[in-house]
Amino acid sequence: MPVTETDEVKELLTQFGKRRSSLIAVLQEVQRTHRYLPQPTLRRISQQLEIPLPEIYHVATFYNCFSLEPVGRHVVQVCMGTACHVRGAPKVLDRLLTDLKLPKLGTTPDAQFTLRTVRCVGCCGLAPVVRVDDHTHPNMSQPKVKGMIRKYAARPETANAVPAHK
Amino acid sequence: MPRLNSVQQLEEYRAFLSSRASHRPCLTVCAGSGCTAAGAHDVLDALRKEIRKQKVDDEIELKSTGCHGFCERGPLMIIWPDGTFYNRVTTANAAEIVRSVRDGKGAVEKLLYKDPVTGQRVQKEDEVPFYARQKRILFGNNGRIDPQAIEDYIAVGGYCGLAKVLSEFQPEQVIENVTRSGLRGRGGAGFPTGVKWSICRKYAQTKGGECYLICNADEGDPGAFMDRSLLEGNPHSVIEGMIIGSFAIGAKEGYVYVRAEYPLAVEHLGVAIGQAEQSGILGDNILGSGHSFRIQIVQGAGAFVCGEETALIASVEGRVGEPHPRPPYPAQQGLWRKPTVINNVKTWASVPVIINRGADWYASIGTEKSKGTMVFSLVGKINNTGLVEVPMGISLREMIYDIGGGIPDGKQLKAIQIGGPSGGCIPADLIDLPVDYEQLTKAGSMMGSGGMVVMDETTCMVDVARYFMEFLADESCGQCFPCREGTQQMHNILTGICEGRGTDSDLERLEDLGWMMRETSLCGLGQTAANPVLTTLRYFRNEYLEHIRNETCPAKVCRKLIIYEIDPTLCNGCGACVKVCAGQAILGEKDQPHQINSAKCTKCGACLEVCQPKAVLVS
Repeated sequence: MPVTETDEVKELLTQFGKRRSSLIAVLQEVQRTHRYLPQPTLRRISQQLEIPLPEIYHVATFYNCFSLEPVGRHVVQVCMGTACHVRGAPKVLDRLLTDLKLPKLGTTPDAQFTLRTVRCVGCCGLAPVVRVDDHTHPNMSQPKVKGMIRKYAARPETANAVPAHK
Repeated sequence: MPRLNSVQQLEEYRAFLSSRASHRPCLTVCAGSGCTAAGAHDVLDALRKEIRKQKVDDEIELKSTGCHGFCERGPLMIIWPDGTFYNRVTTANAAEIVRSVRDGKGAVEKLLYKDPVTGQRVQKEDEVPFYARQKRILFGNNGRIDPQAIEDYIAVGGYCGLAKVLSEFQPEQVIENVTRSGLRGRGGAGFPTGVKWSICRKYAQTKGGECYLICNADEGDPGAFMDRSLLEGNPHSVIEGMIIGSFAIGAKEGYVYVRAEYPLAVEHLGVAIGQAEQSGILGDNILGSGHSFRIQIVQGAGAFVCGEETALIASVEGRVGEPHPRPPYPAQQGLWRKPTVINNVKTWASVPVIINRGADWYASIGTEKSKGTMVFSLVGKINNTGLVEVPMGISLREMIYDIGGGIPDGKQLKAIQIGGPSGGCIPADLIDLPVDYEQLTKAGSMMGSGGMVVMDETTCMVDVARYFMEFLADESCGQCFPCREGTQQMHNILTGICEGRGTDSDLERLEDLGWMMRETSLCGLGQTAANPVLTTLRYFRNEYLEHIRNETCPAKVCRKLIIYEIDPTLCNGCGACVKVCAGQAILGEKDQPHQINSAKCTKCGACLEVCQPKAVLVS
């Protein structure tokens, strides 16, 4: 990693305050920068905040927005909210699994895509929706999946995305 | 933006803003999440360019606003001052729109909403049937103001309620007014807001005065997005409600707990808090009154259970969001073990309205025990999807047919799911049920935070029950046994029924598990988790029995129970289905009837979606 974790963690703790209640906010910031929670960083946070590492992992695995694994260049999130469900989200998800050649949710071997589900992104009026990186694709259907994937596969990276670490 | 040091300065500033308000036309484009996904920002850019190109920068204003609610027809636009309402605007319309405003010509006819019943085009928002039956006291300003400009909010009467409270009211009077208005918690449970505040104030006073205030914006209910739209579209209304609340209970600090999945809401709220602080409306010595109050944003990290108030408090404290038994209720002992008032976004936003227009006025809206308006997200199998704000007590029929425009493609209404995973499915024959807290509970559902998902004949109720149970099994925090194991077991049984492995005794077991969870779970999540199952069993028992006894899914949803076939008399051999088939299961010569190899068919249904002559049959 180019920046040493020590500096990163120290900076974050100056920003959010070196106290227990900052833990989730700090983890969210780490997740935003690296797009996952690297283990060395978690160790540093544990030392700095004097919270036992298992407790940090308890928090990191409890909340859905944290990932302990690196993610692909593009994160594809299928909304599984109720409105999306009744309008065909499960079929769109299956089609994504087929087209990305993934046996289950996760990252493709070439680290191009990470496929996830999300509980509800609040675009229920346009159901079913799929969010790729920061862009929301409304009224999705199976036939639209292939074109959408192709569009992103052609793009090397989104502007704000950090490449996945191997 | 000047710093305002007294209520009088605020009023003077408001007068200045209104006098400055230009009479030049203003184009407002909805930039809520729905319209943004539909391309609102491209439309904004195109309009901006066009205004420059036609050299009318000084004559025409352009503004992006929050969600107007009618997401189905986005991107939406309103042209002020006359209120011309356009829907489904595209970048290609930009030149024509700007030209028509510049030349003072009439509206662009083709962008006006066309009433599907009469076929007539209507010019104003209020004439659109979707809006005509609504009463938008919380969402009314969303289409007028730029959510990132405090001046806009003040100009339409914002912070009037706060001014009134600071200059005319004692804290007890505020609580008395909120109590008298009949306002009940809009997060779902419907606890009287004024009572909650007075309990908190009482406990705070006996324990040294320290207390907190929290806005619950952890809108985890899938299928609901009104809290998001309010925070994105009118964040100052929520802040104003919180400041009034802090004055009433005597809190110095408050938190907004908002989902990280709502980045735009976080951003707009952050900007609004900053502006309120700069102008002296928030922070130390608010408007010179001596009252001080600060608001911090805490972002949720994606856990449904954190909508439960004790779990939310744990999360604000930086811990895992595990609920604890009540009592003590947060109003007695909450954040950092101090008395804490937690209210939903819409509850806070209702407070300034109550203060401004009076408790009696507010109490005159709604039914005997449910006062004011409720905001629903009307989604699913319905023509007009979007956000609607209606008086309490409106019937489901008015919601679905008058506002929602009925069910698409001539299909039949089957059920309405209200209240998310804690709520239940109300069958079509209860369509005249008035919507209020008591009636919904009586029907086995609950108000919840206002998600209203409409289901038609192609929705399988067993699959819906299974869907909610999968969600809840995943989101159960795992702390207490009845919820952790109960949701898992129910999910297993429901999956078995959906796959044709069910038995009659499964239904009894589901009911037993449901009652056990209701009686013995630790928090609201577990206590209400069985509602979707219990209500579907109560109203759609035959559909369960069809799955169990005949191994058929009447709605043709459950994959293990259906077969896809092609009708050779209808198939024209176009080959569209072959291209989309996930399992390469469709064979046939070009222009000749095709066949589906059922051994390879994954039952994804893609062929059905693309088949023009409707030759794909499901049985």
